[in-house]
Amino acid sequence: MRRQLLSQHLVHVLMNNSAIGSAPSKPTRDPGLPPDTLLKWYDEMLLIRRFEEKSAQLYGMGKIGGFCHLYNGQEAVSTGSLGAINPEDYVITAYRDHGLAISKGVDPRAILAELLGKHTGTTKGKGGSMHIFDREKNFLGGHAIVGGHIPIAAGVAFASKYRGEKRVCLCFIGDGATNIGTFHESLNLAALWKLPVIYIIENNKYGMGTAVARASAVEELHQKAAAYDMRNEVVESGYDVLAVHKAVKAAVDHARATYEPSLLEIQTFRYRGHSMSDPVSGHYRTKEEVETQKKLDPLVVFAESLKRDGLASDEYFENAEKRIKAVVDECVEFAENSPEPPADELWKDVYFERGGF
Amino acid sequence: MAVVSIREALNQAMDEEMTRDERVFLMGEEVAQYNGAYKVSQGLLQKFGPRRIIDTPIAEAGFAGVGIGAAMVGLRPIVEFMTWNFSLVAYDQIVNHAAKMLSMSGGHFHVPIVFRGPGGAAHNLGATHSQALESIYAHIPGLKVVMPSNPRDAKGLLKTAIRDDNPIIFIESEVMYGEKGEIPDGEYTIPLGVGEILREGTDVTVVSWSKILQHVTVKAVQRLAEEGISVELIDPRTIKPMDWELIFASVRKTNRLVIVEEGWPFAGVGAQIVDEVQKHCFDDLDAPVERVTQEDVPLPYAHNLEVSSLPNIQRVIRAVRKAMYLD
Ligand SMILES: Cc1ncc(C[n+]2csc(CCOP(=O)(O)OP(=O)(O)O)c2C)c(N)n1
Ligand SMILES: [Mg+2]
Repeated sequence: MRRQLLSQHLVHVLMNNSAIGSAPSKPTRDPGLPPDTLLKWYDEMLLIRRFEEKSAQLYGMGKIGGFCHLYNGQEAVSTGSLGAINPEDYVITAYRDHGLAISKGVDPRAILAELLGKHTGTTKGKGGSMHIFDREKNFLGGHAIVGGHIPIAAGVAFASKYRGEKRVCLCFIGDGATNIGTFHESLNLAALWKLPVIYIIENNKYGMGTAVARASAVEELHQKAAAYDMRNEVVESGYDVLAVHKAVKAAVDHARATYEPSLLEIQTFRYRGHSMSDPVSGHYRTKEEVETQKKLDPLVVFAESLKRDGLASDEYFENAEKRIKAVVDECVEFAENSPEPPADELWKDVYFERGGF
Repeated sequence: MAVVSIREALNQAMDEEMTRDERVFLMGEEVAQYNGAYKVSQGLLQKFGPRRIIDTPIAEAGFAGVGIGAAMVGLRPIVEFMTWNFSLVAYDQIVNHAAKMLSMSGGHFHVPIVFRGPGGAAHNLGATHSQALESIYAHIPGLKVVMPSNPRDAKGLLKTAIRDDNPIIFIESEVMYGEKGEIPDGEYTIPLGVGEILREGTDVTVVSWSKILQHVTVKAVQRLAEEGISVELIDPRTIKPMDWELIFASVRKTNRLVIVEEGWPFAGVGAQIVDEVQKHCFDDLDAPVERVTQEDVPLPYAHNLEVSSLPNIQRVIRAVRKAMYLD
């Protein structure tokens, strides 16, 4: 049923737009958003896209190891969501974390250095791709055990409320992760105790090679909130950064005003394989499906809307490519020229010994 | 004798046991349509259909429990963990339920189930995805822990595990699935709790298992042989029950013992072996028992730190030489 709705949405959007994305983005544009902010968002999404493409290339060259999960296709979720919070707010996610880290302001050079296992990386080479952390930026990690971070997000929100603060925590969750126990325990706790956490399901339609309908009894994932009487919303046009922003902003405002949590389902799509070691398509999804979804590319949709609104010209986008390429090149240079962690790093940070904070 | 990979050997074991016994079924993440994250269940969905080869949601506690319940009332599940790291989400089900059911129910319910999947470090997977967890399972009364190191043992031991009436922790290695070796033609099984002497020797006994045995210890032993040191190398194959008599007999002959394992040192499997050996072979020992383990830290991602933490050939050679008072 959900799948049918989805494809109808897609067909509707594709058929009714000469300029792709005009229908869904127009009504969502918040007039309060300054043009500068919108252009910054575009640049950020482009940076995430190009950063991931570079990561794929470096992985192919054997410079990045282990599991590496790329964010291509999901950029509007990251930028739209994090555009709705302040630097002091918290973000926590699973292992597909490069894009969200970039949106949270983590230095992309340090992220790439981390992927290369360098001492200048976000975690000194300890965590790798799946475990990007940045205390200063309130980026509480990449977490590689599915569901592991979901209750932790509730705990972070608990601390905010405990101290009487208005800081919220955005917690990103895969569609597959909504089937694990911690998801349900956390939703109950957050709703019961009114914790200012916004759970954001990045429904990219597959958990590894398993389609949502093959793993979840409820296909409309946001409806899982009903069991906990939690505020919830679905964003079908998750390729539209403005639509994402609007939904997340409403949830954040609500959390700040009432301490109440929300569950948002943002429908999106991952262009690449689950990780760099998995196929883009195969038994679980067809090439055609991937190609069709790519027609609603978050970057293209956003660029079209910026042009239509007269906020950016072709020249702007050409320059943006150049600027972003320079940033990515700088990341590569920084990462490649950074040293490996020294041998004694192995024994550091096993127990906390520097005194409290 | 056919030459097959460990992956094929495990696949054959499940295939044969499912053909033989209708009660056996396989359940886990990506085991059916995707043919397994590491392709161990390749082709089984096609052969046995979705009733017996079952893709699960990401819900380890849930599907481990489903397996235990089904086993209590007469089925014989094989539950695959994509890796053993994720079994920690199901640790309560395994430890508090599968392991204790027979005893707590006063013999009413036994739990014939196999939990299997890859354990240990691969390459650059970071702290949560690299763990050798055999000791925390071997610690638990009621569980048996099996760790094959070659295709022949993988097949023979898995078939026995499936036929066993107790919960079995069957730990494979992600980086060994493609490794090939000879297996006997036709039907065969290998009993649990029976180790194997891989190489007879006179100077020192070395006990090691799974990937570390094949990738590190065997190579170190070869180099030691070139130096004129004669190692008796034992693969216990089953961690629990351990083949104590095989180890004791060897130590009584060589009077020295070195244990090489991937896990952490504190309360590791090697620590248990030291305890049993000092109890039973105290007067036979000519030197303190040496252990080679991973360093006592979460395993980092960076390649240089990762390799510096894990056991390596050099460290095994050093430990053997130390046990022989050569250094
Ligand atoms: C507890 C646990 N089980 C299994 C895995 C292996 N695994 C890693 S990611 C993944 C799929 C998750 O899919 P989803 O939640 O939809 O997130 P996505 O990868 O699509 O972003 C699986 C099964 C794991 N890391 N942790
Ligand atoms: Mg997903």
